[in-house]
Amino acid sequence: MEWLLEANTAGHKFALMAIAILLFAVVMGGILFAVDRPKRVPTWVVVAGFLGPTLLLLVVGLVYPALSTIRGSFYDKTGDEFIGLDNYARIFTDDGFQRVLLNTALWVVLVPLVTTALGLVYAYLVDRTRFESLAKALVFLPMAISMVGAGVIWRFVYEFRPDQPGVNQIGLLNQLLVLVGIEPQQFLLTAPANTLYLIVVMIWIQAGFAMTVLSAAIKAIPDDVVEAARLDGVGGFQMFRYVTVPSIRPALVVVLTTIAIVTLKVFDVVRTMTGGNFGTSVVANEFYTQAFRQFNFGLGAALAVLLFVLVVPIIAYNVRQLRLSEEIR
Amino acid sequence: MTTTTPVMAPVPGEADTRGRVHSRAERAQKRLTSRTASVAAIVIAVLWTVPTFGLLLTSFRPELDIRRSGWWSMFTDPQFTVDNYNQVLYGGGTDFATLFVNSLVITLPSVVIPITLALLAAYAFAWIPFKGRSVLFVAVFALQIVPLQVTLIPLLSLYVDSGLAGSFWTVWLSHSMFALPLAIFLLHNFMREIPPSLVEAARMDGAGHVKIFFQVLLPLLTPAIAAFGVFQFLWVWNDLLVSLTFASSPDTVPLTVRLADMVGSRGSDWYLLAAGAFVAMVVPLIVFVALQRFFVRGLLAGSVKG
Repeated sequence: MEWLLEANTAGHKFALMAIAILLFAVVMGGILFAVDRPKRVPTWVVVAGFLGPTLLLLVVGLVYPALSTIRGSFYDKTGDEFIGLDNYARIFTDDGFQRVLLNTALWVVLVPLVTTALGLVYAYLVDRTRFESLAKALVFLPMAISMVGAGVIWRFVYEFRPDQPGVNQIGLLNQLLVLVGIEPQQFLLTAPANTLYLIVVMIWIQAGFAMTVLSAAIKAIPDDVVEAARLDGVGGFQMFRYVTVPSIRPALVVVLTTIAIVTLKVFDVVRTMTGGNFGTSVVANEFYTQAFRQFNFGLGAALAVLLFVLVVPIIAYNVRQLRLSEEIR
Repeated sequence: MTTTTPVMAPVPGEADTRGRVHSRAERAQKRLTSRTASVAAIVIAVLWTVPTFGLLLTSFRPELDIRRSGWWSMFTDPQFTVDNYNQVLYGGGTDFATLFVNSLVITLPSVVIPITLALLAAYAFAWIPFKGRSVLFVAVFALQIVPLQVTLIPLLSLYVDSGLAGSFWTVWLSHSMFALPLAIFLLHNFMREIPPSLVEAARMDGAGHVKIFFQVLLPLLTPAIAAFGVFQFLWVWNDLLVSLTFASSPDTVPLTVRLADMVGSRGSDWYLLAAGAFVAMVVPLIVFVALQRFFVRGLLAGSVKG
């Protein structure tokens, strides 16, 4: 049993991994073999074989924990005493948490809007040009790396060295400031602007997603629509404003809402770049800090539930818009 | 690099060949907008590339040089070294080689298990008629909106109670569970596109569901599986939150978690951070570049139909 739980050499770890995959294959194979007797087995047994393991995992891994967290959000630090809405009251009245909520609002408004706008403009600009695939790949690449990696990359861009003779700036942004004769800045330490510098990182990561989806939508606009507009003398910016944008409205809504949801849950960027210090914390980061650093499970649970509640209207809007666009079709 | 949608070659002077006469002002305006357009596109492309490029160059510079000057001085005073990589991979205190193994061991089962489960579930939802099917499907679909954060505290205490905490099993389980709703939804979408006549024909031949699944559907679904596979691989390899919560014991900790730690504890040791960041990035970058086609397809299927 211990062998299965504690692996501390590379060989042991790979062996454990192979065993896990094999074990899984054997269990699933066994289940499928048991239900594979056409006409002898009632449908529900087959369904249980195909769906059972998944539903079990979903109940244990998502449904039960979610309910348990909702319950926990009404209890105190240790989960022993029922305290009603006190955790929520604290989130909405405490000064520190006001800052957190404000930051979160800033993220959820700015990131989707700027990212979608940039992605749209870029997709439109490089559409049907010679260097399209290369241009898209460059913007798309940040999607492949972790937000932690992106955090490291951008911390280096923002790196600050004291402004003294003989000390060179090694961060790109401060070097540029020095070149134009401005004093170097502590970008990540000065609130409230530091939140904006973190938001830049998230935009940098997500732009590729927006660009890809919107680019596909732009290419799906029927050629005759574009041609008709061109024959009417529409060109350049007007084409973009009156033909392209209205045609891809459904895709725009999807991109905006998807990025809004991802942004709401953003944790890695804040954690890596400032650790939530210097007035940059957001709800998702505060959740981690409260639940796993301060061990205030009640408050952590309340923050998690808050995230959950904030996601719902965004999804509802998305679903409604999709319904509308399907009706028009 | 390939994209799913074929690039259409621009046809030069198309409007003119149709015999439409553009006024000179119009033509000048058009040229102007296309020039500003190109400049804007280039500016964006540069902004998106330079930060990564700078750190990449830095990772190959000697430690002292990194402290003394910016990476751009490498153009005037080129000094290359791989010491930083040696140090970060095998040095005591960083030991990224071991973490690399951990990341790999965490990621592979966390990709294989949910894909297999989701394939079976999607098959049941798509091709086995049973009572309550649509209600159940909507319920699974709706689980996509549950943020991970909501599940972490109860799951951790569940793992601690069962004695699994701190082992790879908890990370594999967690990643598999979290991936299922989206995986089922995506694969179900792909599965619905397969003509029902194929499945019907197999059924006429007396094939059971298991046989239909393996012999008829699975071969047709390879692109869909690849699409979600790439997606899930990147997500697990790059994940911080799940690993930080369940895999932060020394024997299981993956690259992302240690890299994030190092930013906090050794935030000015850029020779280590730069090399470490690229050790963490190299695998997802390779996977991504090699399988981008599938990734884009999955992205479009997931978001546009969503």
